Order: sequence, then structure tokens, then C-alpha cells
Amino acid sequence: MTTNNDVLIKVDNLHKYFDDIEVLKGISTEIRKGDVIVIIGASGSGKSTFLRCLNRLEEPTGGHIYFEGTDITDPKTNINLHRQKMGMVFQQFNLFPHMTVLDNMTLGPVKLLKKSKKEAQEKAMALLERVGLADRADAYPSQLSGGQKQRVAIVRALAMDPDVLLFDEPTSALDPEMVGEVLDVMKTLAREGMTMAVVTHEMGFAREVGTRVVFIDEGVIVEQGAPDEFFDNPKSPRLKDFLSKVI
Amino acid sequence: MDQIFEKFYNTVIAEDYWMMLLQGLGATLVIAFFAAIIGIVLGFLVAMVRSTHEMTLRGKKCRSFGEVILKIIDKICGFYITVIRGTPMLVQLMIMYYIVFASSRNGMFAAILSFGINSGAYVAEIVRAGIMSIDKGQFEASRSLGFDYKSTMIHIILPQAFKNVLPALGNEFIVLFKETSVAGYVAIMDLTYMANLIISRTYDAFFPLIIIALMYLLIVLLMTFFLKKLERRLRNSDH
Repeated sequence: MTTNNDVLIKVDNLHKYFDDIEVLKGISTEIRKGDVIVIIGASGSGKSTFLRCLNRLEEPTGGHIYFEGTDITDPKTNINLHRQKMGMVFQQFNLFPHMTVLDNMTLGPVKLLKKSKKEAQEKAMALLERVGLADRADAYPSQLSGGQKQRVAIVRALAMDPDVLLFDEPTSALDPEMVGEVLDVMKTLAREGMTMAVVTHEMGFAREVGTRVVFIDEGVIVEQGAPDEFFDNPKSPRLKDFLSKVI
Repeated sequence: MDQIFEKFYNTVIAEDYWMMLLQGLGATLVIAFFAAIIGIVLGFLVAMVRSTHEMTLRGKKCRSFGEVILKIIDKICGFYITVIRGTPMLVQLMIMYYIVFASSRNGMFAAILSFGINSGAYVAEIVRAGIMSIDKGQFEASRSLGFDYKSTMIHIILPQAFKNVLPALGNEFIVLFKETSVAGYVAIMDLTYMANLIISRTYDAFFPLIIIALMYLLIVLLMTFFLKKLERRLRNSDH
């Protein structure tokens, strides 16, 4: 059994309204250290909203989110400090176009973590080396391919030494031939023990490295479980229906 | 031919009229320069208020005292822009001179302030549009790294917005520079006023008007040149 200390993120009865529409209807779950949670669901199911609530890019309407024991939904919490520990990777990459790859990666560590420029650059170069992009350190984002952009976005998040990485459909905006290179980076991270929450349509990724797969539909968690059981033996009709359409 | 030389002599060389024109140009440049500075500062501040309101509060209920204050200031800024853009520059200038500064009749100060306040409204709208044109994802990426609203603005949003709005800003300052030609209405001896003065003394409009037109044009060409240079430099730091 894992102890309570291993729980990195605890979500308690999370609700989210957009105007009058209830997008999340009470979601509770836990993410433990080293977990790779893969969140799947149809578009409009609320899975991205759920992920974006975890670092409060979307303000939850109700419920609580505890990150490393702190209630980050408490208005008195300084969310900026906690976000430093929660990296996020976006569907549209969102690299800063007016900065080089290296500057994209060192901005946070230098300004927020107060690292020296040299130290931040060394760390950034080491990370770029790992994803095979060291030679593109001085390039601008517009000079990179989609797959390269997303790999840079991942290492930009890693440069902050986060305790968890949130991925919001990281491969959905990529050309098919570039999906593999991004997934490879993510798989390596997962195997190295990085805690991850991934919203994706890549079922292969979910099966291969996911520790738990969560199916969200109409704002609630309908079913969740270990990948093998989840995919081979789905129980709810809605999950069966969804899987039959995507696999 | 001799007639033209004589006209030129009578309206430009004689009585040191050309000196008057240069003095007028000096006054025009002083008004435009200081008005532009006021316009930039004022416009930037108003743009920050309006875009912050637009991004964080639009259509939402205020949840704290600070948000109520922001909403009120935003309303004031909106009113300012509406009034300034909805009334003629000359009327604003005359209100400033004949009503606000009625007791002192300090024409120069009234003009600088009036042109500055006018320009600020246009700068505010340009900068606000520039900020709002930046993809929301840029904002989210910066916030997700842990930057607060202010740092996100300084490091991520404003550098990109500034580059996007530079042509429009340059255009605004060219318009401002030319619009100072109405300053003569409040007894400022600007370039246009001086030309008028020479015409009233010599009863000959040709050279004074053509010469000041060329002077305005020359300054605008210089401004355009430096703007293009700045634009190119900003583009080089990016792709």
C-alpha cells in the first residue's frame, strides 16, 4: 500500500461551470508519485477542462484540489509558486516566438527559480541533448517543425524541475509522422518515473506506459483502471462504445 | 523669372521671415515631442487597465475590492477614450485653453497637454488591440511556468504586442505631428501660424505655404525612416 505521503495531487469533488453549463460534475481522484495517468474521452467530455483545473488555468467552480498537501483552490494560496512545480505541455506548443529555444527554456529558471544564467543554460542544453535538439538551441520556434516544437515545450517544462507534468493533447496538432518522436520522449519520461497526467487520443501510449487510464464522459469519471483491464475488459457501455470507435 | 525671385525674396528672405518659419518649426516640434511622450505614457497605462479588465473580468462578477476598483477605472478609461475620439481635436484644444487654462492662458502648456491627452486615447486603443491580438496560449504557457500576471505582461505579452503595433503607433505619431498645425488657434506661434503671419504681412501666400508643406513633409519622411529602421531591427530579432 502506498501511504498518504505519496499522493501528489488529490482532487476532491471538482465542479466546473462555464456560464450555466456544468462541464465537470464532481470529479474525485488521486495522482500518486510516479503515476502516469492517461485521461481519455470524447471531445467536449470535460477531460481537458479537468486537466486545466489541476493548475488552475481554469478556475474550479467547486471542490478542492490538493497539491503536495496544500489546498491550491484556496484563494489565499499563491498558485504561482505551485505552478512552478506543475509543468504543462499544450496542444499548440505555445513556445514564446520572440525568444530562442534556449531563452524559452531559461526564462523560468532564471526569473523564478533565481538560477544563474550559466547554470540554467547548462541544464537547458543537457535537456535539449536528451531530446536530440541541442543543435537547435539558438533557433527561433518558427524555424522548428511541429514535433521539434513540442519536444522543446516538454523540456521547457522540465527545466523548471517540476514534480508533475500535465499534457493537454500533446500530439493532436502534429502531423502524423511527427507524433512518434514526441511520444518517444514522453515514454522515456514515464519510464524514468516522472509523474504525468496526460490527456490524449493515443491509446497505444495509454496501454504501453499508463499506470492508470481514466475515462471521462459528460463531466464525470465513468471508468478507470489499469490499462490492460481497462482496454481488454471495459465494463460500462459508454466506455465500450467509445473504445469501439477509437480503436 | 525675376518675378518669382522677387516673390521669394519678399516672403522668405526679407525681414528674416525664414527665421520666423524656423522658430515656428521649433514650436511645432516641441509640442509634438512632449505630447507624444504624454500620449505614450497615458495610452500605455489606459491600455493596461483596459486589457487587464478585458482578460480577467469581462462579463464576470467582481469578487474582491481590487476587482471593483479595476472595473471602475476601466469605466473611466472607456469614457475618456469615447470623449476624446468623439470630439474634434481643435475643440479639445480650445476647451483646454479658454476654459481649463482660462486664468493663466499658458498656450504652450495647454497645447502640449491637450495634444498629449488626445494622442493617449488613440495610443491606448492601439496598444490594447496589440495586447489582445497575442494568442491566449502565450499567456497560459507563461502562467503555467509560474509567472504572475505582471511578469507575463513584461516578458511575454508586451514584447510581442509592441512589435505588432509599431506601424500603427508610428502612424499615430505622424498624425499627431501634423495635427499640431491647429495650435495657432490658441496663439501659439507654430509653423502654420508663422506662415499665416507672413502671408498677412506680404499678401503673398505661395512660398510660405509651399515651404511649410515641404517642412512638414520632410519631418514626416524622417519619422518614417526611423520607424522603418526600428521595425527592421525588431524583425531581425525574430523570425
